[in-house]
Amino acid sequence: MLQIDSRQFAQEHDLYACIQCGKCTGGCPLALKTRLNPRMIIYRLLVAGNGFNLEGRDELWDCTTCSTCYSRCPKQVNPMEAIIALRSAIVEKGRVHPNVKTALESTFRHGNPLTMPREDRAKWVGDLPVKLMSDGAEMLYFVGCSPSYDPRVQQVARAIVRLFQQGGVDFGILAEEESCCGSEVRRLGEAGLFEMIAEENQELFKGYGIARMFTTSPHCFNAFKHDYPGNGLQVQHYTQVLADLVERRQIEFGRKFEKTVTYHDPCYLGKHNGVFDEPRVALRGIPGVKLVEMDRSRQKSLCCEGGGGRMWLEGTNPGTRLAQWRVQEALDTGAEILATACPFCLLTLEEAVKHLNVEDRLRVMDIAEIAAQAL
Amino acid sequence: MSARSGSNGKAPAALVVGGGIAGIQAALDIADAGFQVYLVERSPSIGGRMAQLDKTFPTLDCSSCILTPKMVDAGRHPNIELLTYSEVSSVSGQAGDFRVGIKKKPRYVDVDKCRGCGLCAEACRLSGRVPSDFNAGIAKRAAIYVPFPQAVPLVYTVDPEACVYLTRGVCGKTFKCKDACPADAIDFTQTEQYVEVEVGAIVVATGFDVFDPRLKPELGYGFYPEVITTLEFERYASASGPTAGKISVNGHVPRKVVFIQCVGSRDRSLGLPNCSRVCCMAVAKQAHLAHDRLPGAEITVFYMDIRAFGKGFEEFYDRVREEGVLYRRGNPSEIYRRGEMLVVRAEDTLMGEALEVEADLVVLAVGMLPRRDADQVAQLFGLQRGTDGYFQEEHPKMSTVESGIPGVFLAGCCQGAKDIPDTVAHAKAAASAALISLARTGVNHAAN
Repeated sequence: MLQIDSRQFAQEHDLYACIQCGKCTGGCPLALKTRLNPRMIIYRLLVAGNGFNLEGRDELWDCTTCSTCYSRCPKQVNPMEAIIALRSAIVEKGRVHPNVKTALESTFRHGNPLTMPREDRAKWVGDLPVKLMSDGAEMLYFVGCSPSYDPRVQQVARAIVRLFQQGGVDFGILAEEESCCGSEVRRLGEAGLFEMIAEENQELFKGYGIARMFTTSPHCFNAFKHDYPGNGLQVQHYTQVLADLVERRQIEFGRKFEKTVTYHDPCYLGKHNGVFDEPRVALRGIPGVKLVEMDRSRQKSLCCEGGGGRMWLEGTNPGTRLAQWRVQEALDTGAEILATACPFCLLTLEEAVKHLNVEDRLRVMDIAEIAAQAL
Repeated sequence: MSARSGSNGKAPAALVVGGGIAGIQAALDIADAGFQVYLVERSPSIGGRMAQLDKTFPTLDCSSCILTPKMVDAGRHPNIELLTYSEVSSVSGQAGDFRVGIKKKPRYVDVDKCRGCGLCAEACRLSGRVPSDFNAGIAKRAAIYVPFPQAVPLVYTVDPEACVYLTRGVCGKTFKCKDACPADAIDFTQTEQYVEVEVGAIVVATGFDVFDPRLKPELGYGFYPEVITTLEFERYASASGPTAGKISVNGHVPRKVVFIQCVGSRDRSLGLPNCSRVCCMAVAKQAHLAHDRLPGAEITVFYMDIRAFGKGFEEFYDRVREEGVLYRRGNPSEIYRRGEMLVVRAEDTLMGEALEVEADLVVLAVGMLPRRDADQVAQLFGLQRGTDGYFQEEHPKMSTVESGIPGVFLAGCCQGAKDIPDTVAHAKAAASAALISLARTGVNHAAN
């Protein structure tokens, strides 16, 4: 039995504030294709009396933590956080999907959920001249796990380095010393491991006297900004730094990127943090780029289904991935390039393009890659 | 500055601020009791929000048919001095002896000469090019205008933000409006005038603002022309409105209409926690009108709770459902486009199913909220604002028209969202309280 004290849970998560309007489920991108129904979960918790059984609630693992539910709630209830907490209750009992177990164990052992060795963490740098934080630098570039190890996302990290060096940003990396930010660990429900990671990271940052940093991934950006307790760190997503450089004309573009581009708002940049404009400012500043918008953009952006640990979990309805719907929406705009600014979005969207067999019509690129091609 | 008053032995006067139905009713009651009233209205005409409505719930009375006679009465009443296109600029003194400064904005039209013929507006360079506030932006007017045909006073006003001459300093070789005016009423040399009045009591009836649904971008208002507000729907439905009562958006007649309740009401995330009290019934009425004017169209109302608490409200709600209007429980979360149609995404909470519902017209039931300038008005009269932002009454049950400042009273929606019958009753109560205050002042004057 996977019982939780639902009354206490409901109180802790302010679920009694819920008026059952259904805006959460109405906006939930998963609710249209799986059993996940955030409102119903809240209602069942409320009426369960003392004990709520989590047995068989596989749909809890469908949630991508895109935060649409929270952003739409008129009573400021946060169904997404409640779902994360329910996952925690399951994880505490050791009842987790083998994939999740592997990701969590790998993060614990190797500082990344990808089961990659720590000593390979800076291999992406290759022959690029990148400063280490130990050499002294104004800003930390927190690279993140996928950009460090995934061959496809490594190209994004390399593009960011080239761009920011050209723009005169004084930054360094932590190389092998860098460890996972813990964002996905927390969202997979491993609250204890997340706390440990956060403590270790803060120690590390303190040791280097780091006050300002930027990240490749909106997920790391969000974790440092909101999940780390009162760290006083000034965290930016790289698109914010890039937009500033572009606006101040600090980057000299020597070439044109003459393509029609549409931009997919990553949830952890947009819905979670309201960063809608900077990525667009950066894109518009790249010579040749013609930016077109999908009907669902900004606050209405459709999740790619890569967040909340879903990079390691198929979900209860693996047949149609949201990323495939999203690619279709991008195709409808007539764009040749589907730009995004998140490693997970990049990977899921690219996968969807392959799956739909439209590689000849649409290419998925990170904004940094587009900008770097115009250097 | 000229001082006009009712002091020194004369019967004391009252000031009513705001010329909507609350202010009009309060002014009429005080004036009928024999006291002088200065009725100050910021816009060119009295009438307020009620003038914009087509029908009123639950009886389906034509709004202007019941409002216009009151407007006319207020305009003709020997004891009421209308100060339209004017704003209160200063208040000093105390109950029984207030001195109120009033700024009269220049209309650039001599109100004594203007006959309201409209030739100026026809001649105006911007004729048909300036969005009409009264018509919620659906129709366009000229830079010289009367807000609506039943306006009181029925005189023209030059819109200083639109007028080519006033914004650019030059409007061709001659003034087209001036040339067209047979009464020689147009006068661009007018300037702001200040008057001061002495009054014994003040009724604040400054009304409310309507929620701007652009603050909920997921609903697509301002982006999809087929997404409109309930206020816009009133103008479409009005026989005297810009479409002569024809409900047609973007040139076609809608077949699938979705109404969405509680847009900008009951919403803590927007800092608008209160129920606006009118939307449930306003939507029921509009759903009825839609059903009536769009034969065969599918009409769906998405709601969280239906609040049909007033006299005849539940019966009206019954009637509308029985006409075939479909009520579905669940508040939609977002609207997007798929081909020619809009898609309303919601959960039918009674089925527990997430859905996509197609629509070619979506009407957002926009809530009522305190006016943007409530802080300034509060400061002017020494009023307090409640946690919901509306002006705070002295006691929530026993003294809902008393402001806590002796001699200053609250009427209508400036104190909280109300429907028309509640507003009229509240205004009558405020007038009654003001009259008590004025009668006391009179007694004191006599004793002195």
